Amino acid sequence: MLTALLLFWPALAGLLVLLMKGEAAKKTAFGAAVIEFLIAVYAAVSFEPNAATQFEINQPWIQNAGISFHIGMDGISLLLVLLTAFLVPLIILSSFKHTYNNAGTFYALILFMQMGMIGSFVALDAFVFYFFWEVALIPIYFICGIWGGERRVPVTFKFFIYTIFGSLFMLVGFVYLYFQTPGTHTSDISAFYNLALSPENQSWVFWFIFLAFAIKMPVFPFHTWQPDTYTEAPTPGTMLLSGIMLKMGIYGVIRWLLPVVPAGVAQWADVVLVLAIIGIIYGAIIAIRQNDLKRLTAFSSISHVGLIAAGLFTLNMQGLQGAMIQMLSHGINVVGMFFLIDIIFRRTGTREIKALGGITQYAKFFTIAFMILLLGTVALPLTNGFVGEFLLLSGVFQYNYIMGAVAGLTIILGSVYLFRMFQRVMFGEANTTTAKFTDLTASELAVLIPLIILVFWIGLHPNTFLNISEPAVQNLLSIIKR
Amino acid sequence: MQQIQVPENNAAMALICLLIPLLPFIGFVINGLGNGKLPKSVVTLVGCGSVLVSFLLSIYLFISFPAGSVGYTTEIFNWIKVGSLSIPFAFQIDQLSLIMLLLVTGVGFIIHVYSAGYMSHDPGFGKFFAFLNLFIFSMLLLVMGANYAMMFIGWEGVGLCSYLLIGFWNKVTPYNNAAKKAFIMNRIGDLGFLLAIFLIFMTYGSVTYSEVFTQAPTLPVSSEMITAITLLLFVGAMGKSAQLPLYTWLPDAMAGPTPVSALIHAATMVTAGIYMVLRSNVLYTMAPITLEFVAIIGLATAVFAASIGLFQNDIKKVLAYSTVSQLGYMFLALGVMAYSTSFFHVLTHAFFKALLFLGAGSVIHAMSGEQDMRNMGGLRKALPVTFITMLIGTLAISGIPPFAGFFSKDEILAHVFEHNKIMWAFGLLASFMTSFYMFRLMFLTFFGGFRGTEEQRHHLHESPKSMTLPLIILAILSTIGGFMGLPPVFSENHSLGNFLAPLFTASQQLNPEAFGHHMDHATEYMLMGISVVVALIAAIIAYVIYVSKKSVPAAEGTETGLHKLIYNKYYIDELYDSIIVKPVMGLSTGLYRFVEKGIIDPVVHGFGRITMGGGRGLRVLQSGAIGSYLLTMVAGIILILVLNYIMR
Repeated sequence: MLTALLLFWPALAGLLVLLMKGEAAKKTAFGAAVIEFLIAVYAAVSFEPNAATQFEINQPWIQNAGISFHIGMDGISLLLVLLTAFLVPLIILSSFKHTYNNAGTFYALILFMQMGMIGSFVALDAFVFYFFWEVALIPIYFICGIWGGERRVPVTFKFFIYTIFGSLFMLVGFVYLYFQTPGTHTSDISAFYNLALSPENQSWVFWFIFLAFAIKMPVFPFHTWQPDTYTEAPTPGTMLLSGIMLKMGIYGVIRWLLPVVPAGVAQWADVVLVLAIIGIIYGAIIAIRQNDLKRLTAFSSISHVGLIAAGLFTLNMQGLQGAMIQMLSHGINVVGMFFLIDIIFRRTGTREIKALGGITQYAKFFTIAFMILLLGTVALPLTNGFVGEFLLLSGVFQYNYIMGAVAGLTIILGSVYLFRMFQRVMFGEANTTTAKFTDLTASELAVLIPLIILVFWIGLHPNTFLNISEPAVQNLLSIIKR
Repeated sequence: MQQIQVPENNAAMALICLLIPLLPFIGFVINGLGNGKLPKSVVTLVGCGSVLVSFLLSIYLFISFPAGSVGYTTEIFNWIKVGSLSIPFAFQIDQLSLIMLLLVTGVGFIIHVYSAGYMSHDPGFGKFFAFLNLFIFSMLLLVMGANYAMMFIGWEGVGLCSYLLIGFWNKVTPYNNAAKKAFIMNRIGDLGFLLAIFLIFMTYGSVTYSEVFTQAPTLPVSSEMITAITLLLFVGAMGKSAQLPLYTWLPDAMAGPTPVSALIHAATMVTAGIYMVLRSNVLYTMAPITLEFVAIIGLATAVFAASIGLFQNDIKKVLAYSTVSQLGYMFLALGVMAYSTSFFHVLTHAFFKALLFLGAGSVIHAMSGEQDMRNMGGLRKALPVTFITMLIGTLAISGIPPFAGFFSKDEILAHVFEHNKIMWAFGLLASFMTSFYMFRLMFLTFFGGFRGTEEQRHHLHESPKSMTLPLIILAILSTIGGFMGLPPVFSENHSLGNFLAPLFTASQQLNPEAFGHHMDHATEYMLMGISVVVALIAAIIAYVIYVSKKSVPAAEGTETGLHKLIYNKYYIDELYDSIIVKPVMGLSTGLYRFVEKGIIDPVVHGFGRITMGGGRGLRVLQSGAIGSYLLTMVAGIILILVLNYIMR
């Protein structure tokens, strides 16, 4: 029941918010998201730390077609549900200073999207997964298309083309797999895991399914929608996309690709790793010279996600657990970064690095928060980013020395673009744009403090989270390698 | 090797071990959050007090340490556990960490006290103490950690503090650039360190020292693997300890306030690379190729950096190159397996180099911020305490007996002499240059007539007690510090060497040859005599040039030939800029303009257009009717389901 509650509560609340206006819509949406978070925490507390799927529901949906409404959570799902439920209220809170037209619709869409994302993290039937995958997309198209920046229409269109393209291939892949199930066809996950496809068939099915996930993450060279969309979307939209939604792609690989076509994975792992590592270096190098803070962070995200993708395909414990913990860390850090950028934009009216400087003289707590999130992103030990990068790089290095060493360049390049950006924005002499930059307000601190707590929590005691997913990851690896 | 023990009164020991780094951390939080609000007296009390208590606790650990024991570990909690990888957050107390603890907290405390005077007029007083405390915390984690991952925490932590303190006056762009450069260059080394940790885990199934080192001598591991591990570790050391080719950040790091230069960039942080090799001495002993490499890099750095120091005019720059050179000396010692000797030099160098930097700080303080020695001169009358103490530091670093540097440097040169006579000759050359640039510094600063402005002359004053007292303490240490390691000709009892011996038991078993004393007394006396004479000749040459002939280095841009090449540091920064920095920057722009916007985007976009069925559908989308497409998609799902239902 808990899973169903987590899934439908945001939708119900969303319907209510849809009818509201202005402040009331904001506050109701925030309240609903906080309740969702509390439910998620309750689920985490009552979760048994083993590999089993828990809080499971399996109701016949389209009985004759063998499609069931099958949902439930193991440790992997639970971590992502926690991340979603943790970030959504903060994202809503972070938008409190903004006034959006049709606030009711705006906040309702966020809640609908939350349902879609949670749905895809708990789905245990391929068509249920596909359904929520698409459901999560619809609201974000509207959020970007209606409330985005000046170039929102062409940019949203590009985003739309990309994602729909990937989704279609995934659908074809799923339909094919569905028809391969023995007896009465079914799209249940266990049936997909028990398929014994020939390696030749796994080989092409791999790409049909992976394409959708590769675009969502995104993996080089399927990424060019991402910088534009992140830059043009309204900041809550950017946070939803980068903080949570891209994890749907990573999660998809873990749940719906690796165990379903293991022979296909074995054939293509090297290719994907090379693409992912190119993405790490490519994103990082491009980020160095970007002038728009949002675009810089977008390329930084491509670089970081590349490492997560590489870790997935190493198929070893460190790589996969590294991916799990890094999904959380990346979500926290990137949402924090985009929020800080939004604060800068609201105070100064610009996101251009060249126009900024000297902010630290006026805003001490802003500096501290920025520094901490920067250190998390640059993977300094005892912050969240380090645990993930350490495990991921260790996983990749175990897979292949050279790949590990090249991927490791991220720790150098990351410090190049981040410290360069930080210096230009925060240090030096202030100018007319940045003079009298006001320090963080109480509501801004309310967003940043939980994020910062998590930066250090994961950095100091990652086992809280690693222990949740470890049995499930172990189980997954045994399925892949059987 | 004996297994590392867990102490009997584990809980109490764990608490003390935890408090030692935690106290400075608490100091950091208090001073950091209270910056600008807390009065200076409170800031000083918290900043210095926390380090003092850590120092006292360290002394307690030292006194209660059972002699001859191999040490003990205390686990605080399990930090990272994934599959077979388990990294505890644990401390290891043994001979090496104990002495490092005393050094870091002891010298750290002295420099904290000095800073209270030096920084008293700075508006960022609280922030400065916060960062200093954070540094002490990180450095303590580095030396106390019981595994390589813990060392890495401290390793990167001190790198961060170095960044924050070099760029302390962050309105000034060149300072910020220096800070950024330091961080990035260190990160290059850190990548090597990180890869070494991965290899260690893959080879030994653990990153905990005791587990790695007990297995190392017996586990059948290819010599290539051990060479790779030790070389990668050494790459980390090259970054942190500013060795060729990763040294250029250290001279730039002099942008930070002078106490920072003394504490971080002379006495403690930069010696972390030596600490790392000493900690891993078992592995290094098994990798003779790496050792030879370490020796060559160390020697080359010692000579190269000393030569740059010959003609620098900025008082801190001279000391910076001197530090790079002296660190090279320490690696040279490591390379010839004179492990405890290298550590001996770490200690004596910490005393005399901290002293010299703090002395330079006192001079700069008196000169209202002036750092160019061409504008100084004759300061010994106005700054008598600074002069005397710095003179002691100079005698110590130049290797004049009985000051501290003589003993450690002489011991290094003796070991190098046994290893390779040509290397010894180059070592002696570095020693000659060291003595020259140090006496040049002393003569230009304290002798001759005053060459500064009238205003500077008016302001000349000896520094306050909080600054001179640390100078005096360090001067005493620089005078007597050498007696903890008397050479065999004077005494069979090398107290430091004996104390450290258990650290090197395994290395000694692997290679007993390297640990024996082969040198007869006559050779030893001869070597000592040569190095003292060489140092004295250099001092005399400096005296003739800068005191008798009263020559002052030429004005900017008038140098010629070799002098110009050296004055401009062999143009290494310019070289790095044109072969690394500029190409990366060009690549960044190029990839974005030509690959991202020129190739990938149009190709993918075009591909999308074709598959999506051309123009007509697109126009529907472009008009904003995205929703209709999504409806189509959901309808598509339903259609598939229905079709499937009918087909059955």
